[in-house]
Amino acid sequence: MANNNVFIALQNNEEARPIIEAIEQDNSEARVEYAPAMVKIDAPGRLVVRRETVEGLIGRDWDPQELHINLISLSGNVDEDDDEIVLRRGN
Amino acid sequence: MTIEIKTTSIEPLRHTFDNVARRLGADKPASRYLEAMFDLQPDVNFHYRPLWDPDHELYDTDRTAINMEDWYAFRDPRQFYYGTWTITRSKQQEVAERNYAFVEKKNLLDLVDDAAKQKAEAVLVPFRHAEYAANLNNMYICAYGYGTAITQAASFYAIDRLGVAQYLSRIGLMLDGNTSESLDNGKQAWLENDAWQPLRQLTEDLLVTKDWFELYVAQNFALDGLAHPLLYERIDGALQKSAGSTISMLTEFMNEWYGESSRWVDSTLKTAAGESDANKAQLEQWARHWIDRAAKALTPVAAEVFGSDAQGVIAELREELTTRAKKKAGLDL
Repeated sequence: MANNNVFIALQNNEEARPIIEAIEQDNSEARVEYAPAMVKIDAPGRLVVRRETVEGLIGRDWDPQELHINLISLSGNVDEDDDEIVLRRGN
Repeated sequence: MTIEIKTTSIEPLRHTFDNVARRLGADKPASRYLEAMFDLQPDVNFHYRPLWDPDHELYDTDRTAINMEDWYAFRDPRQFYYGTWTITRSKQQEVAERNYAFVEKKNLLDLVDDAAKQKAEAVLVPFRHAEYAANLNNMYICAYGYGTAITQAASFYAIDRLGVAQYLSRIGLMLDGNTSESLDNGKQAWLENDAWQPLRQLTEDLLVTKDWFELYVAQNFALDGLAHPLLYERIDGALQKSAGSTISMLTEFMNEWYGESSRWVDSTLKTAAGESDANKAQLEQWARHWIDRAAKALTPVAAEVFGSDAQGVIAELREELTTRAKKKAGLDL
């Protein structure tokens, strides 16, 4: 059976922490795995990073493009707009 | 030959300070804001009561009629601690400096007709004295308030007001060609011109308001909630008709600042009102009283620009402020 998982790996730092928390809030099926200096988040089929959730956590405007500053790697088809970045695989 | 790179994961013994962990309910990494805010103010071992106020401890919750179970519930939605606050303001100042330099370099003020310049000077420059009062009032809140959550934000708000007063002075200096004549006239108007006396009396009454939370409602919500939209939206809009965007470029910081800081004011009121019905009733009573006073005090100032329409303009601003109180803070005014 084909692997349907998508993942995103972020640096584990002060800036990425609220993003990770937002991903945990918005993706109930995501599994968060802490490695030294890195956090890898796997999710089956779809994973979303929402601007609104992150902004709520950091208390200022946040551009989803800021994600790339702390991004290590990702897998899946990327679909991004002003409000969210979505990783998906399959249909 | 194969090289095997081994990694060892070292789990830190603690992720944050104990007091922060207690408040979060678990030892997990906390944001800098939470670490730089929670429990910074001492609350035990004061030894003696201050000689200047023997009825209270040095830090005392009884200095206001508002009661809170936890005074650290007043989180700042902007999450400002000293670091983030200074970084934000320094970025804004760079933009403002560029705007001022641009207006000077292109001599944009020469294109503004004299009537508009006089109006701008007559309204903006005396207001720097009111801004200074806002600075003192928020320093009072910082000094006599309880809990770092609200007192640190109040001290930032106070310094912001000093910045606003300085920008207003600079606008005056740009309008009078660096002779400081406008500043002298502004002070004269503040002290003697009939249009400014109700506002001056209001700010002087605020300077001697004892209850720091009442002062918060009066200054940061009622007076600022009417004065800032009046100056930087309504009057600015009226000046744009003949001054173009020149004056707006010089007051843009105030505009942006007001939008940002109202979020903090609204969230503080919402937290206090949500704590108990007694708090809510007290806040509503204060807000009604001080909005009334502020509206009366600002009407003659508005009349400098709007003439006989001033009443209508102030009534609209009151309406907007009442809606804001209902929507953002849950207060029925």
